[in-house]
Amino acid sequence: MEPVMREKGTAAALEEKGTEATRGEEGTAAAPRDNGLEPMRQSGGPEAVLEVSGLSAAYRRNRVLEDVTFRVAPGTLTAIVGPNGAGKSTLLKTMLDLHPRLGGEVRFFGTSYRKAKRRVGYVPQRGSVDWDFPTDALDVVMMGLYGQIGWLRRPGRRHRELAMAALEQMGMGAYAKRQISELSGGQQQRVFLARALVQDADLYLLDEPLAGVDAATERAIMDLLKTLRESGKTVMVVHHDLQTVEDYFDHVLLLNRTVVAHGPTADIFTRDHIARTYGGLLRMREKVTG
Amino acid sequence: MTGLSHNAQWVLVSTLMLGAAAGLIGCFAYWKRQSLMSDALAHAALPGVVIGFAVLGFKSLPVMLLGAAASALLGALAVHAIRSGTRIKEDTAMGIILSVFFGLGIMLLTIVNRMPGGRQSGLDSFIFGQAAAMVRQDMLTMTAAAVVVLLAVLISFKEWKLYLFDPGFARGLGLSGRLMDAAYMTLLVAIIVIGIQAVGVILMAALLIVPAVSARYWTNAFGGMLALSALFGGGAGAAGTYVSTLGDGWPTGPFIVIAAAGVFLTSLLFGVRKGLLVRAMQRREQMRRPGARAVMSDPLAEGRRCHEL
Repeated sequence: MEPVMREKGTAAALEEKGTEATRGEEGTAAAPRDNGLEPMRQSGGPEAVLEVSGLSAAYRRNRVLEDVTFRVAPGTLTAIVGPNGAGKSTLLKTMLDLHPRLGGEVRFFGTSYRKAKRRVGYVPQRGSVDWDFPTDALDVVMMGLYGQIGWLRRPGRRHRELAMAALEQMGMGAYAKRQISELSGGQQQRVFLARALVQDADLYLLDEPLAGVDAATERAIMDLLKTLRESGKTVMVVHHDLQTVEDYFDHVLLLNRTVVAHGPTADIFTRDHIARTYGGLLRMREKVTG
Repeated sequence: MTGLSHNAQWVLVSTLMLGAAAGLIGCFAYWKRQSLMSDALAHAALPGVVIGFAVLGFKSLPVMLLGAAASALLGALAVHAIRSGTRIKEDTAMGIILSVFFGLGIMLLTIVNRMPGGRQSGLDSFIFGQAAAMVRQDMLTMTAAAVVVLLAVLISFKEWKLYLFDPGFARGLGLSGRLMDAAYMTLLVAIIVIGIQAVGVILMAALLIVPAVSARYWTNAFGGMLALSALFGGGAGAAGTYVSTLGDGWPTGPFIVIAAAGVFLTSLLFGVRKGLLVRAMQRREQMRRPGARAVMSDPLAEGRRCHEL
């Protein structure tokens, strides 16, 4: 497991964190089928940023998540990968109490989401809001600060500067006063990222941030996520592009209604695991692509 | 103004305040995609008004408004129950509730009108609105309620904006969705209930919907949209009321709606944000620009642009 981290060429300071982070998951990596039990045994390991056990959820009568169990170590960058309808977005929403939970437990930083809210930053899918809403990019980013500003108070100059800095970090400084409907899809995604950035959370959950964005935005977003990880934050990303998983993420969570496998990318992102996650779909694709 | 009686001046002020408050809440309904919901709620208020009168046996505005609020909320609950408990979609549910409650209201109204003393109840004025029939006390109630709505919006402007734009993110920041839903519903029902006497249950929704859509054509800022919508609503309320006082027994609601429609038509044509005239001019400008044809005839470039959008 350690060579993987070195191979990735991440900073020396990170290496230690990486090894520490992966140590706890060795069990999962070796026996991915037993994910229902393994995390329990591991709770004595390093403090988990996120611990999910036995989580299940449904849409109407269709169960979309069944006994989802995993734990995420600090300082990791994890891709949540699975076929359409595997429950990737639902997993994020259910963890964040945005979708009703049928059963199971979710703990953020060893406590409930209610108490840890401030430390969790969520970036919903771009399509989840109406971009025709009358506001500009800077104003949307400022929304990330509303928790800090306090309810019923007005944002001040300092908040505007913080929001502006976040926009600039995403390469969007020139678009601060642009009406949000006039931004391209990639630019809108960057605004959402900037909004999460100003929250200064410790754990970031992103729902398909790379879906339908241009190459420049993809680079900007991945640079940001890696910077976040280097500063000790933890990031989980719902991701759809199997080609880039190995380049972008140090951990992967293969999901198809339940956890198929979870752990360091080099160990988990194997042909066998992917085939099990995607069922017959992948084999069909392989035939087509030769 | 000089030609108006003291009472008529008061009526003007109160419908102006009502229009402004309705314009504000109308923006909320617009971004909650609930314009039709406000229409259903207004119609659903009628049975409550009549029952409030019938129970007391005489006209008491507070009791009738309480009845109106109760039956409007009952309508809202019924819409919710139909939507979540059956396979019927929300727009159909609202259509059902709107017509059933309104039909029930008219039926009760007919019965009450035949009761002794019923004819003088002035209940008919709740259908199309009769601002001229309002007494001083009614106007004070209406103005006070409108001021409360204005303050509620001003104090928590940033919370409303967040809640309307991205409710999921709002909840993540700790802004209770339930609290905001309840506050929104309370404000919406309050403004409908205080407005139906002046505008009537049939046309009340127009005062909520039309100023908001008109305002959208002039601004790209949420605060600007609220301010303009309040201005348009207030203007339409006052103008419609003024015209209705020119004739004897003219209903207020239709004139207010016509005034609001005039504002909307002007906005649709001349609005600086995607108004029809501005858009036509922009299109012509683009066609004239050198190289415009070349860019448009390059399908690859077009494809890339579509992808980015």
